Amino acid sequence: MKGYTWRISLILIFIIASCVYLTPTLVDTLPTWWSGLLPKDKIHLGLDLQGGTHLVMEVETQKAVEGSLELIATDLEDSLNAQNLRFKKVARLGGDKVQLTLYDRGSADKVQAMVKKKYPDLEALPLVDEGGFVNMQLRINEKEAQARKDRAVAQALETIRNRIDQFGVSEPVIQREGINHIVVQLPGIKDPKRAIELIGKTARLEFKLVDESVNAATATAGSLPEDDELLFEKRTDPATGAVSETPLVVKKKAMITGELLTDAQIRIDSQYNQPYVAIEFNSTGARLFDQVTAANVGKRFAIVLDSNVYSAPVIRERISGGSAQISGSFTEKDAADLAIVLRAGSLPAPVKILQNITVGPSLGRDSIHKGLMAGLIGVVLVVGFMAMYYKISGMVANFGMVLNILFLMGALSALGATLTLPGIAAIVLLVGMSVDSNVLIFERIREELRLGKTPHAALDAGYDKAFLTIMDSHVTALITAAVLFQFGTGPVKGFAVSLSLGIIINLFTSLVSTKVIFDAFLERVHVKRLSI
Amino acid sequence: MELIKKTNIDFIGMRKFSFLVSGIMAIIGILGIIAIARGTANMGIDFSGGTSMQIKFAQPANSQAVRDALGKAGIKEVELQEVTGGNQILIKMHKSTGKSADAVADALKAGIPGNSFTVESSTEIGPSIGEKLKQDTLVAVALSMLGIILYIAWRFDFKFGVGAVVATMHDVLAMIAVFYVLHREVNILFITAVLTIAGYSLTDTVVVFDRIRENMHKSLKDPMLTIFNRSINETLSRTIITSVTTFLAAVSLYLFGGEVIHDFAFALVVGVVVATYSSIFVASPIVAVWEKKAVEVEAV
Repeated sequence: MKGYTWRISLILIFIIASCVYLTPTLVDTLPTWWSGLLPKDKIHLGLDLQGGTHLVMEVETQKAVEGSLELIATDLEDSLNAQNLRFKKVARLGGDKVQLTLYDRGSADKVQAMVKKKYPDLEALPLVDEGGFVNMQLRINEKEAQARKDRAVAQALETIRNRIDQFGVSEPVIQREGINHIVVQLPGIKDPKRAIELIGKTARLEFKLVDESVNAATATAGSLPEDDELLFEKRTDPATGAVSETPLVVKKKAMITGELLTDAQIRIDSQYNQPYVAIEFNSTGARLFDQVTAANVGKRFAIVLDSNVYSAPVIRERISGGSAQISGSFTEKDAADLAIVLRAGSLPAPVKILQNITVGPSLGRDSIHKGLMAGLIGVVLVVGFMAMYYKISGMVANFGMVLNILFLMGALSALGATLTLPGIAAIVLLVGMSVDSNVLIFERIREELRLGKTPHAALDAGYDKAFLTIMDSHVTALITAAVLFQFGTGPVKGFAVSLSLGIIINLFTSLVSTKVIFDAFLERVHVKRLSI
Repeated sequence: MELIKKTNIDFIGMRKFSFLVSGIMAIIGILGIIAIARGTANMGIDFSGGTSMQIKFAQPANSQAVRDALGKAGIKEVELQEVTGGNQILIKMHKSTGKSADAVADALKAGIPGNSFTVESSTEIGPSIGEKLKQDTLVAVALSMLGIILYIAWRFDFKFGVGAVVATMHDVLAMIAVFYVLHREVNILFITAVLTIAGYSLTDTVVVFDRIRENMHKSLKDPMLTIFNRSINETLSRTIITSVTTFLAAVSLYLFGGEVIHDFAFALVVGVVVATYSSIFVASPIVAVWEKKAVEVEAV
């Protein structure tokens, strides 16, 4: 049979390409002439092999909607005050409404007109008279709420990306999954606990006035005035590690929030050698801070992060210029992380960690080592068996199997696929399965030889008759591999990638690579007996 | 070398026995599926939600000491498993508070002083993720079964399609049965192994079916059962050899692949054996019996 030159060339091209793509993985330092278009990436290792953390987080989007309703309520309050419209209360009601409690219908009509102009997206429900007051409810419609939720997830994604960038992780993966999930992968991270705290912190910074008229020590949530809230200041004794909590009653309404910050940096107090975070406000924030401190000299100002009081210093004098500092009982690491989250901004809604898989680097190395070991032993066993059972033909099949692995590794590298531990398992399994095509062919050839055919005729007949069966068996194996690929995540996907690529490559090696060896050999040498 | 010379074994004739064995396996497998559905089987935390950790101690530590240390910190419902070699212990809890892994580490630090440890890996999974994974898995299994039926129905005829699917289902059930009886953990890697074996078993079955079809075209006069038997015998050598090589690869994974994929490799080893059995003793006999019945009905 003629025409094997192009087949040999094709195989050689594949061998060279695979070697080129595998070079960055196999050598530690690339030679200097290795540049330009030549590939430089090593095979991507999954987190299970290189160690790291895989997080799935849920953004509590409903809280984002509630947050924006609260903002609307505060804004309405200010507008009503500005226009001298009397009202009893403006507050969020449930998950989708703002309720205004007014004294009479007359002002209610005015308010309604104002709301319509200011918030055209809010749907005004019919007025209800209740206990001498007029209740007016504004509802956020489904579409608008959905849009806000969507925005919250996008914002959270951006903020988390910012925080991770500033924290310094190489090659992180941060992506949205489904409606409200965010997947974060941090390869090779040393202190996963710290990273998770940094990522998951809502980091809502608020400056609130302390209400000194209420005794915080005896206050309970029920006994407080309506516009106050009870918070705690946590202090950790650096020497003993003991945590003490001091209650504080503060005004619910935040005077200034973290959105008005432009910068936050860690500094060390030269006097006490204590770390603190220096913050800078933007022009609006600076003006507000100036006004608030001027009006409240002598009062205490609580610095609140996610409902925890960091410190509550007394305002000694008016502070203009837009700088302030947050001190508290924290370590240098805490202060550095606080500065990062303040710089990167707060999350629009709290996030909940649904899944946290952390693999230590030594386990990853161990897995690679054991995977390679299992693979090597598998190869030796299969090679030995095939050589014993099919003699020289068996060695040809073994050569095909080795080509298979080489091509598969090259393809994984070229496609930038991720190799996981189950992925390695798939390759080891393929060592055993890939000789199947050759077994099918060899068994056919043996049958044909038994019928008295010449080696050449038996070989051709063997390949011909086994062809359809080989196609069938590869397609069926591909069906399940493709399904696994579709639904799998992480390690399972790695398995499916290796398996499906391996099956496709195997089709090529068994029908082209090993055949060409037989053809070339039988063409040149006149054989009386086939070593099979 | 030839392990299997030209054979002439009446595989179809053994169907009473093999159907009985397979039937029992399938029933145990179905019991296993019921246990999985009710959550009473040994479920991996990726399905049930919870926390699992792999801890490596500096010095030998026994699970009783670990259990005591955790109990002192109020962590009660834990499953512990000692890994032979390397002073390692696996900890599994079917609950996750989001901080469970930290709590366990703190409890061990306080409860077993003087024996330092590193957390080799920790996995915490919330229940909602597990629910989603269960659904995804059902869809995946259903999809691959559907794909198999469609392909076989297209390449062969309907009876062969049913035979292939029954044989594949048989393998899936048998693997579940083995894991259920040995109380091994059912997790996403096990499902992966099951689907892989489904593909492998199907390949085995298709090779036999291909031969049956070829022989049916060749000798129209021979009775159905003879053709089926001859085809199984002719492909027997290939079935066994491929199983041996795949089995060798799976066994080296099982013995040398490490703790993380130990159960996965075990599932593969079991699967290869079961798949080989089913392609000889289940798939073809089912089609043969069915064909025979059809022929008998025609004759009447």
